[in-house]
Amino acid sequence: MNGLVFLIPIALGLGLLGLAAFFWSLRKGQFDDLDGAALRIFVEEEEESV
Amino acid sequence: MSAAALVERDFAVPDIRCAGCIAKLEQGLVRDKRIAAARVNFTEKRVHLSYLPDTDMPALIGAFSHLGFEAHPIGTGPDEADAEAETSRELLRAVAVSGFAMMNIMLLSVSVWSGAAGATRDLFHWLSAAIALPTVAYAGRSFFRSAWRALRHGRANMDVPISIGVVLVCAISLYETATGGQHAYFDGAVMLLFFLLCGRWLDSVMRDRARGGVTALLRNMGSGATVLGKDGRSRWVDATALEPDMVMLVAAGERLAADGVVVGGASQLDLSLLTGESAPQSVHPDERVHAGTLNLDAPIRVRVTAAGADTAIADIARLMGEAAQGKSRYVRIADRAARLYAPAVHCLALMAFAGWMVAGAGWHDSLLIAAAVLIITCPCALGLAVPAAQIVAAGALMRAGVLVKDGSALERLAEVDLAFVDKTGTLTLGRPEAIGLERFDIGVKSLILALSQASRHPLSEALTRGLRRFDVRPAEVTLIAETPGFGIEAQWAGSTVKLGRPQCSDLGDALATELSVEGKAVATIRFADRLRPDAREAIDALAREGVEAMILSGDRAEAVAPVARQLGLTAQTGMSPQDKLEAIQRQAALGRKVLMVGDGLNDGPALAAGHASIAPGSASDVGKNAADCIFLGDRVMPVVQAVRMARRTQAVVRQNFLLAIGYNAVAVPLAFMGLVTPLVAAIAMSGSSLIVVGNALRLKGAIR
Repeated sequence: MNGLVFLIPIALGLGLLGLAAFFWSLRKGQFDDLDGAALRIFVEEEEESV
Repeated sequence: MSAAALVERDFAVPDIRCAGCIAKLEQGLVRDKRIAAARVNFTEKRVHLSYLPDTDMPALIGAFSHLGFEAHPIGTGPDEADAEAETSRELLRAVAVSGFAMMNIMLLSVSVWSGAAGATRDLFHWLSAAIALPTVAYAGRSFFRSAWRALRHGRANMDVPISIGVVLVCAISLYETATGGQHAYFDGAVMLLFFLLCGRWLDSVMRDRARGGVTALLRNMGSGATVLGKDGRSRWVDATALEPDMVMLVAAGERLAADGVVVGGASQLDLSLLTGESAPQSVHPDERVHAGTLNLDAPIRVRVTAAGADTAIADIARLMGEAAQGKSRYVRIADRAARLYAPAVHCLALMAFAGWMVAGAGWHDSLLIAAAVLIITCPCALGLAVPAAQIVAAGALMRAGVLVKDGSALERLAEVDLAFVDKTGTLTLGRPEAIGLERFDIGVKSLILALSQASRHPLSEALTRGLRRFDVRPAEVTLIAETPGFGIEAQWAGSTVKLGRPQCSDLGDALATELSVEGKAVATIRFADRLRPDAREAIDALAREGVEAMILSGDRAEAVAPVARQLGLTAQTGMSPQDKLEAIQRQAALGRKVLMVGDGLNDGPALAAGHASIAPGSASDVGKNAADCIFLGDRVMPVVQAVRMARRTQAVVRQNFLLAIGYNAVAVPLAFMGLVTPLVAAIAMSGSSLIVVGNALRLKGAIR
């Protein structure tokens, strides 16, 4: 029973963390262009002259 | 240059196909000093630009075409509220919340099922309640709202048993928890919401995806015209901002953005999108011209008489509005199922409650059993059965080049048994193609190519396209000059060569061009609108599917006859939009389900009236808006594929319904007997949902 006092909040906290991360990425537009994200790995970065 | 002064706008760029395109656009566009940032959205084939406010539209589109891409501005402002996409995101948030809650409650429930008792069980039940109640309040909102709306109008939809079930189950579980009872159904209630939300979200994603594709295709939105101001300077005006008495400069190859009267210049107009007529029409000053027609020949100046909603197509729009009402009466299969299902579920639950009360079980146990019946019969698998199958089918069709606008389109498409097909632009390519190029020798071909590729005139582009097939290199020519309305002239090996309007006029109204060297005609090339390459196969395949086809054309009989003969079809010719609409309504009255395939403005009402409708990607914007599906590319075979896929989808949906009913046939008696514990409910619900989704996934490889 004593273990539960720690384990349950930890389990819920981790779950909430995941949920928060998902909402964050949703708001940052990470899911707006799924097909494009897969292709961007092939894009050669140009040397930017700042 | 401050960041705040930048203007942002989205552009549809249909030709983004690979990673190379992304790099080219994002790195190429910002080289233009006026463009501060460019971001490609590959999924929606859009580019988001931030640019200096004094940059005008042609310059921006020029920046795209400089990189070899065709771009069309979308909408009018930077952040047009996209209500539909917002609904989708809202649903996704609800899915995420209910998924999170479901997993955590399950974590607690598993320990209860595996034997936790006494204080531990009570604690776990209280924790479950603490997670479940806010989740139900948040994620269940859309169900409660829709159920309330239905009840207020005295109707019952699928959301009514869902809402009652969830609320009742939560209330009873809370009571159980408070009194230290053995069973709490929080996991079942949240799981039900999670699966149902998944179904709704899939449905809305499908609509979003097709809408994204359609907006990328819509050319008219944000198109416009170069307008000649009073001070003699020209500027770009969006189509929506055009007003009567403005004077538009319409270059060759440009579409008219508004109705008007020609005030300067003479040209030929392609009316095929407006009337279905394939032969171009000559226009001269003081003649009326209409929005949506394509200027073929020479630049003209047009005084606007009506713009936007006032154009001659307003009549067509009115017809379309009336025609579309029939379609809105169509009831989707899931809703039809719900009409039978909802009363049945309520009756069952009520019977269970009454039965156990009579048997003397006490109101507490009876209510618990009734709730178990409600939650076990609740259409968890049913909610997923239709959207899962339809989104898989729509995804497969999209890869085959067909955009399906929504699920009901697939359902209606599966039922068609008669097809009306437009000729110009649908059975044919709807653009001029050079014929008989193979009879010229290589020297002539290379000379033609050298001249034609220097021009953006529609006929030159057709020539260039045609000659590319012959592996010809352009000849070396110098001093190329184009005279609008007459042709292209250049110097070649010391003589003057010219590609342009034929000197002899025995060709009648047909489109033709001529190559002359030192004023002597060397070659005459005719142009014609060709059949799509697989028109015959597609019509035959349609017949094998049991869909009879017939041509409805606005063109003259002489122009339609050869096409009809070649395809072995009967045809009705010279039809106005009203005639086409009536033809469909006559057949519909006879009980036939008509599939309308067409592209033009004149097909708009017919497309809206057809039981289902498909338009090619080259169609007019009105056509694309009115149609249920859009197929891309030159082949018509996708039409047949869409019909086949729709039928297969419908078969899978029926199987899914059978599976769900079969599951209920087993589960309901158990629930009636009071044997359904939360554990059984959880297994039954997730099991049936997985089976239904798995069955839907079989559609993925079904397209050939």
